[in-house]
Amino acid sequence: MYTLSSKLKLFSIILVVVGAIGLTVGFLSAPSSIEEVKEMMASHDAHGSGHGDSQAAEIHKGNTIHAENGLEKDHHSGDEHYKHVLHQLQNKPWAALYVAAFFFFMIALGVLAFYAIQFASQAGWSPVLFRVMEAITAYLVPGGIIMFVILTLSGFHMNHLFHWMDPDLIDPSSEKYDALIAGKKGWLNSGWFLFRAAIFLLGWIGYRYLAVKFSRKQDEDSTGNKWYKKSFKWSAGFLVFFIYTESIMSWDWIMSFDPHWFSTLFGWYVFAGLFVSGITTIALITIYLKSKGYLEFVNNSHIHDLAKFMFGISIFWTYLWFSQFMLIWYSNIPEEVTYYITRIEDYKLPFFGMLVMNFIFPLLVLMNSDYKRINWFVVMAGIIILCGHYVDVFNMVMPATVGESWFIGITEISAVLLFLGLFLFVVFRALTKAPLLAKGNPYIEESKHFHY
Amino acid sequence: MASKVIHVLYTDDDVLMDAVKQVRGEHYHIEEVYTPFPVHGLDKAMGLAPTRLAITSFMYGCVGLTVAITMMNYIMIEDWPQNIGGKPSFSYIENMPAFVPIMFELTVFFAAHLMVITFYMRSKLWPFKEAENPDVRTTDDHFLMEVDAGNHDLDIMTSFLSNTGAVEIKVIDKQEDNH
Repeated sequence: MYTLSSKLKLFSIILVVVGAIGLTVGFLSAPSSIEEVKEMMASHDAHGSGHGDSQAAEIHKGNTIHAENGLEKDHHSGDEHYKHVLHQLQNKPWAALYVAAFFFFMIALGVLAFYAIQFASQAGWSPVLFRVMEAITAYLVPGGIIMFVILTLSGFHMNHLFHWMDPDLIDPSSEKYDALIAGKKGWLNSGWFLFRAAIFLLGWIGYRYLAVKFSRKQDEDSTGNKWYKKSFKWSAGFLVFFIYTESIMSWDWIMSFDPHWFSTLFGWYVFAGLFVSGITTIALITIYLKSKGYLEFVNNSHIHDLAKFMFGISIFWTYLWFSQFMLIWYSNIPEEVTYYITRIEDYKLPFFGMLVMNFIFPLLVLMNSDYKRINWFVVMAGIIILCGHYVDVFNMVMPATVGESWFIGITEISAVLLFLGLFLFVVFRALTKAPLLAKGNPYIEESKHFHY
Repeated sequence: MASKVIHVLYTDDDVLMDAVKQVRGEHYHIEEVYTPFPVHGLDKAMGLAPTRLAITSFMYGCVGLTVAITMMNYIMIEDWPQNIGGKPSFSYIENMPAFVPIMFELTVFFAAHLMVITFYMRSKLWPFKEAENPDVRTTDDHFLMEVDAGNHDLDIMTSFLSNTGAVEIKVIDKQEDNH
C-alpha cells in the first residue's frame, strides 16, 4: 500500500494556495472599463517599452486594412479598439483558467483511454501499471466537474470565452448579426452544448467508476475472471463511446472558440495531444513511485514501453498537426487560413516553440532504444512533452479569446500551479486507496515477467 | 589444419536458450547457432555484441533528408522555379511545408533500403549465395548449436552436452578452408 507522504501533501496544498492567490490577483487586476485599458496602455507607452509601440503600430495596420476593404466605420478607430482590448483583457484570466483546467483534465482523459485500450486489447505487459493509471483517472471527477462549471459560467455569460454564445450574433435585427454563426445555432447553443458536455462527462466518469470497481473486485475474487471479462466488455464499449464523444468534445470545448473555422481532423488532433500527455504522466508518476521504493515489480522494460509510446504518439501528433497545417496553408482559402495567420503573426514563439518541444525534442531524445530505459532521460523528455502540450492547448484557446493581448504571466502560471496542486493531491490520494499491484488480473504474472 | 566442432541439435527454442546459457557457463565457445526462426533474446544469451544497424539506419535517414532538401531546392527553387497553388515565393524556407512529405518519404526510403542492404552485407548474404547451414533440418524444425571442441576432452563435452536436452550430437572435423 502506498501512503501519501505529508511532504507531498503539503507541497500540493501549497501549489493550490499559491495558484489560487495568483489567479485571484489575475482576476482582480483585469481592467473593468475602457478608461482603465487606456491608462494601462498609456503607462506601457510611458515606460517606452517596445511592446506598446508595436501594438500601436499593429492597430494602425489593422485600420488601414479595414479602410482598404471599405469596411471602416467611423467609431471603429476610436473607442472601439479599446473596447476590443478590454474584452480581451477581461477574458485573459478566464482563458488562463480554462487552458490549465482543460490541460489537466485531458491528461486524466488520455490515461482513461489508454487504460481502456489495455483491457480491450488484453495487453499482457501493462497490468503492473494499472493502479497508477486508475489513480490518474481519479482526477477525471474533480477535473470534469471544474470543466463543467466553467462551461456553465460561459453559458450564463459570466465570461465571454465563447464568442458564439453572444445572443446578438444570431439575432437578424442586430447590427452584430453573423450569418455563419446563426447557421450553426442548431448545434452551437448553450443549452444543447451544456447537455452534451454533461452526457460526455457522465459517460467517461461512469466508465471510470465501473472499471475501477471491476478491477478491485477482480483482486478479491479472481475465480473464472468474471470481473475481468466484464471489464473487457465495458472497455471495448467505452472506446467506441469515447472516440465519438472525444471528437465532439474537441469541437465543442476547443474548436468552437473560432466558430467560423473548422477542421475535420480536429478530434484526432486533440486526441493525439491528450493521449501523449496521459502516457507521459503515467511514465512520470511510475518513475516517481519507483524512486520512492514502491512498484518493485515494475522493471525498465515497462518504462521502455511507455517511452516508446511517448515517442510514437509524439510523432503521431506531429503527423496530425502537419496534416492539418499543410492542407490549409496550401489551399490558402481566406476563411480557413486565418486560423494559422493569427497564430503565426501573434503567437510566433509558442506556435513554433511547441513544434520543437512536441516533435523535435522527443524525436531526438527518445529515438535511441537504450535512452528509453534511462529514467532521467524519460523524465526530462516527459517534462518537455507536457510543457509542449500545455502550450499546444494555449495556442488552441488563446488566439480566439485574448487575441494579441496574450502573455504568459502570473495569471497563467498560477492557473497551472492551482490545477497541478489539485491534480497531484487527487492522484496521489487515490493511489493510497488500493494495493499498488492489481494481483487478481489474469495477466499479472506475464506483466511482472515482461522483458524486452 | 583441421579443427573439431560439435554439432548439437535441439527441437525446442526454450531448451536451446537454456543450453546456450549452460554451455557458456562451462566456458565452452559457441561458434554459431542455426535456427529456423529468430529466437528472441538469443543474441544476449550468446553474448553477442549489440547490433550497430540502428546507428547506420539513423545515418542513412540523415542522408535521405539531405538528399530530399537539396533535390527539392534545386528542382523547385533554383533550376526552374514553379508557381504551384499561387506560391511562387522563390524561397526554399517559405515553400518548405510543401516539401515535407518528400523529405519524410526520402528519409524513410534511404533508411529502410540502405539498412537492408547493410544487413545483407554484414551477414555476408548476396544473390545465389550457397547456404551455410550445416544441416538442412535447421530450416525446418531443428536448432543447431555449433560448439568449438578446442582442446577439451570430447567425451566429457559430449556427455555434458547430451545433458542439456540435445536430441543429437555429432563431432565434425572442420577444414579451415571451408570458411
